[in-house]
Amino acid sequence: MASPVPVKEKKLMEVKLGELPGWILMRDFTPKGIAGAFQRGYYRYYNKYINVKKGGVAGISMVLAAYVLFNYCRSYKELKHERLRKYH
Amino acid sequence: MNENLFASFAAPSMMGLPIVVLIVMFPSILFPTPSRLINNRLISIQQWLIQLTSKQMLAIHNQKGRTWALMLMSLILFIGSTNLLGLLPHSFTPTTQLSMNLGMAIPLWAGTVITGFRYKTKASLAHFLPQGTPLPLIPMLVIIETISLFIQPMALAVRLTANITAGHLLIHLIGGATLALINISVTTAFITFIILILLTILEFAVALIQAYVFTLLVSLYLHDNT
Repeated sequence: MASPVPVKEKKLMEVKLGELPGWILMRDFTPKGIAGAFQRGYYRYYNKYINVKKGGVAGISMVLAAYVLFNYCRSYKELKHERLRKYH
Repeated sequence: MNENLFASFAAPSMMGLPIVVLIVMFPSILFPTPSRLINNRLISIQQWLIQLTSKQMLAIHNQKGRTWALMLMSLILFIGSTNLLGLLPHSFTPTTQLSMNLGMAIPLWAGTVITGFRYKTKASLAHFLPQGTPLPLIPMLVIIETISLFIQPMALAVRLTANITAGHLLIHLIGGATLALINISVTTAFITFIILILLTILEFAVALIQAYVFTLLVSLYLHDNT
């Protein structure tokens, strides 16, 4: 693609749609890279919602809601049988 | 219905991976590390609660017993937060597993007993015989005291497991009963719903109380032995 900046260093919003598979493949998938991704994500959330002067209940309740959702997905297989349907 | 009731207590695994490790480690995310003198609201609230609890809990210990402060405080935080998180819908509570509670109770109890035997051997052995027992009763009493000593870790673990499991089971049962009763008689369903609300309030209290009791007893065993 005739772009002056190499694909690897662009941020996600600046990558063109055609370059997307190449961009994904060039990401750092080593354990250190994945750990770095988790760390960056955690601090992004923490500094935006919790580490603020007047943080409210929303910061932590979003985490709890995500936890409930995660557990729901985990136990969907057993919960499927408890739906109100004529034929299961 | 029978299998469903106990299915929520099975150890969770997704695609064969034991994610119970992830679930046990989850409460640690909710307690960030304080990095400044004045922190954000979440950390300040947690710091205040921890100071309140630790002053209360460590007041009865001498210098040697206070070295256990970190252990006792992290114990009560872990059990309290794990129990409270288990009250969220669909979540898995690690403290319902007897294996985990035994893993917590036995090393802590053994630590207190071994500390007692190392540093105050005569006093620790003297615990086996209460003061002022008549001479013929001594052998039997020593046996009884030994049994009561060895039952302490079992009681710690089973108490926690049974309380939390029983509470969760009751919530499941009464919730199911409320749903089933809606089609039959709305008034009875409403009454059952009120019972469910009261039970949930009780469970919140039980979650915290069990943590406290566990930690208090460990601290008591420590006090005897330091």
